[in-house]
Amino acid sequence: MKHPFLHALLRLPRHSGVLAVSGSLLLLALPIVAMWGGQAWVRILDFAILYVFLALGLNIVVGFAGLLDLGYIAFYAVGAYTYALLASPHLGLHLPFWVILPCGAMLACLFGVLLGAPTLRLRGDYLAIVTLGFGEIIRIFLNNLNAPLNITNGAQGINLIDPIAIGAFKLSGRTDIWVYSLNGPQKYYYLLLLLCTGVVVINFRLQHSRIGRAWQAIREDEIAARAVGINTRNMKLLAFAMGASFGGVAGGVYSAMQGFISPESFALNESIMVLAMVVLGGMGHIPGVILGAVLLAVLPEALRFGVVPVQQVLFGKVLVDPESLRMLIFGLALVLVMRFRPAGLWPSPERQRELAEAKS
Amino acid sequence: MDTFLQQLINGLVQGSIYALVALGYTMVYGIMGLINFAHGEVVMIGTMVAITVIGMLTNLGVPVGLAAVLALLAAMLVCMALGWSLERIAYRPLRHAPRLTPLITAIGMSIVLQNLAMIIWSRNYLIFPRIIEKTSHEIGGAYFSNVQVLIVLLAVASMAGLLLLIYRTRLGMAMRAASQNPQVARLMGVNVDRVIAAAFIIGSAMGALAGFMVGSYYEVAHYQMGFMLGLKAFTAAVLGGIGNLAGAMAGGLLLGIIEALGAGYIGDLTGGFLGSHYQDIFAFVVLIVVLMFRPSGLFGEQTGERA
Amino acid sequence: MSQVLLEARQVCKHFGGVKALSDVSLTIHAGEIYGLIGPNGAGKTTFFNCLTGLYVPDGGGFELAGKPLQADAPQKAAALGIARTFQNIRLFAQMTALENVMVGRHVRTRAGVIGAILRNRATREEEAAIRRRAEELLHYVGIADRACDLARNLSYGDQRRLEIARALATEPKLLCLDEPAAGMNGAETEALKVLIEGIRRDGTTVLLIEHDMKLVMGLCDRLAVLDYGQKISENVPAVVQKDRRVIEAYLGEVPEDA
Repeated sequence: MKHPFLHALLRLPRHSGVLAVSGSLLLLALPIVAMWGGQAWVRILDFAILYVFLALGLNIVVGFAGLLDLGYIAFYAVGAYTYALLASPHLGLHLPFWVILPCGAMLACLFGVLLGAPTLRLRGDYLAIVTLGFGEIIRIFLNNLNAPLNITNGAQGINLIDPIAIGAFKLSGRTDIWVYSLNGPQKYYYLLLLLCTGVVVINFRLQHSRIGRAWQAIREDEIAARAVGINTRNMKLLAFAMGASFGGVAGGVYSAMQGFISPESFALNESIMVLAMVVLGGMGHIPGVILGAVLLAVLPEALRFGVVPVQQVLFGKVLVDPESLRMLIFGLALVLVMRFRPAGLWPSPERQRELAEAKS
Repeated sequence: MDTFLQQLINGLVQGSIYALVALGYTMVYGIMGLINFAHGEVVMIGTMVAITVIGMLTNLGVPVGLAAVLALLAAMLVCMALGWSLERIAYRPLRHAPRLTPLITAIGMSIVLQNLAMIIWSRNYLIFPRIIEKTSHEIGGAYFSNVQVLIVLLAVASMAGLLLLIYRTRLGMAMRAASQNPQVARLMGVNVDRVIAAAFIIGSAMGALAGFMVGSYYEVAHYQMGFMLGLKAFTAAVLGGIGNLAGAMAGGLLLGIIEALGAGYIGDLTGGFLGSHYQDIFAFVVLIVVLMFRPSGLFGEQTGERA
Repeated sequence: MSQVLLEARQVCKHFGGVKALSDVSLTIHAGEIYGLIGPNGAGKTTFFNCLTGLYVPDGGGFELAGKPLQADAPQKAAALGIARTFQNIRLFAQMTALENVMVGRHVRTRAGVIGAILRNRATREEEAAIRRRAEELLHYVGIADRACDLARNLSYGDQRRLEIARALATEPKLLCLDEPAAGMNGAETEALKVLIEGIRRDGTTVLLIEHDMKLVMGLCDRLAVLDYGQKISENVPAVVQKDRRVIEAYLGEVPEDA
């Protein structure tokens, strides 16, 4: 073990209570601390958590059921556009969020079933390319469904989307609580944290259930899984639909939080990013996936802040366009992590053991 | 103007380019089961190198025809070196890693190459120099140019060359053996490492040629152009039954033609509701439909399950 | 022998031009240990695959306990009470022995997504019952001490036993074993024999493909012999052993005066 201290800390039961309490306090205090660095940092935190949510949704599909989905962001887009259409001046509808979010989840789920039912019997790589194609189809439709009937408002996207609100309490704008004044991104942080906790619990419980075992069995040996009576097609469809629903919810929250969406936000890059989070962190291992999502969400932003000053120190001027340099470093990071930690940064203990055995 | 014939011609040209790129995907996939996501970027770099070399040589006073040939060679060399190093540096160490690991590496390499290209060649659209005077000809109410004819001829010639290589040489036999069963091929004395390297090198050379064609056809290049092209080409490879060379060629042509015809007729078909900017969805719709009914692609082998 | 458990009627299966099975009919009674033997490539495993829904027969069919067995998918066969093991062991390698058997309980349990997420009382109780039953089964096949080891780390003989435990977890009426003694040494085979006898005594009918003649002859109540996809003999071991066609199938043409 490389970090005996950390490991011992995570394993010892008498510390776990302390750890949980201090961890929760840290998570709760984070947006207030981040505010010292400016609102931009709070937004980065929001996105980090949103990505954790998305990655854990995709983890059900990729990590648990072993289905390679390269078009996951399409479900996110479905959720986001559902929210935007039902709560913005674009169609003049302003339904409350507790109606729309379930609608978005259900619609995404429906799309998942429609796509999954005919394609889930395909071999893994074919499924990957079909889902990828589906993602592109959705994006192209979003981009072009503005004429002759304006549904999505095309490439301009939809603006002035309602924030999430409970009665008069809105998640956007400032709210004074005692002496502290919470701003919009901070409030969304707490909502996202709540949702994320939910999805962590769901992931964890699913993994250690009859359903989770069946998924793992399918991943390990599909024929044997069928021979013991598992309806592999239904189980895969279930994973696919669940992943899609989570994507739909995340999309709805994203829509409300940003107040503006356009097809650009749902390009293939995003699907790939979320998949990279799952694999880079450690497929199927919940803490690993969370780590992967946080790292990949924060790393490009951190690089954004770091790239320019570092160049100025080294060369006295900005030689290379910071945007491309940070993506370059991001790509290299993916390659290097896969090279030296092929099962991800924080794989499940079984995977670690397996790799260790393969090496020896 | 005859829409059908016109779109057929356009589709044929676009399709031969897809086919060339698809070969790179299918060879690598056939042998190592890897979707080499970075292949589209290799094609893009081929185009970029060609632009740079033509520009440099014509500035030195070399006649444009000769410059173009030299540029094509240079692009092929650069891409072959690139393909080889990709395999060597990024993929070879991961031969025995979990299945998704090399895929993420491929995605990472794709991001790296794209941004490297942006740093070198800027984020602007670059003009691909005109190599030959474009002439237009008419046939049955449809128009085609000499450039289009050249592209199709060159594509057919190089594909024929590849087929000869695969079916008439020792290296080709080794490649076929390795794609059937790498372990057994290794036992039979095939140097699988060399075969894989060869697949990358040959695929990249074809990719460079395709890149050159795309450049001279559309006369512009952009650092992001490899992405969609690669995606379509991969679709073509799957359509034809991935791992199957002839299938990739047929899949490429088919995809090009379907796309062109689809773009030409979609307006009429949907009563003007959907326009030709939906061109890109045809590739994927066709793919999904084909895979539903023939899960191993149009020309792929049907493999049964074994207990 | 009383009741008929499984009736195979003229089962046919061909692959391209090769007739892997032609008109194979046989009857297995409840409580029997029924052997299926034959030279390599005779169609034994193909018969298994048809019976367990992995292949769809091209002709004929099966009846289980008097009802037509319409199992066009393995999961349906398992649900109807036919469990199997595989010639080349197919365990869930990265799961523990206990988890492997727990997966076997899938088809007899119900908890769905909602239950898994809410962890309500019914789900918790079912989960506990699954675990209890799986532990019992590991004990039953004699590998209780390996419960927490990954299946891939078990010895060959233990993997065979684990596969049997997993199959038993589905509560089969008919347990189909595909060469369970392959690769076992004498002592392991002897222990396997005791295990299979125990399974029968506890009420499960067993269909056995096996090459180890000593095991087959000592264990089976009745045998069927397949050769080139056809049933050439069906009787009690003592009779089958002397059947001229069977000897020919195994040894080739036998001289008249042999």
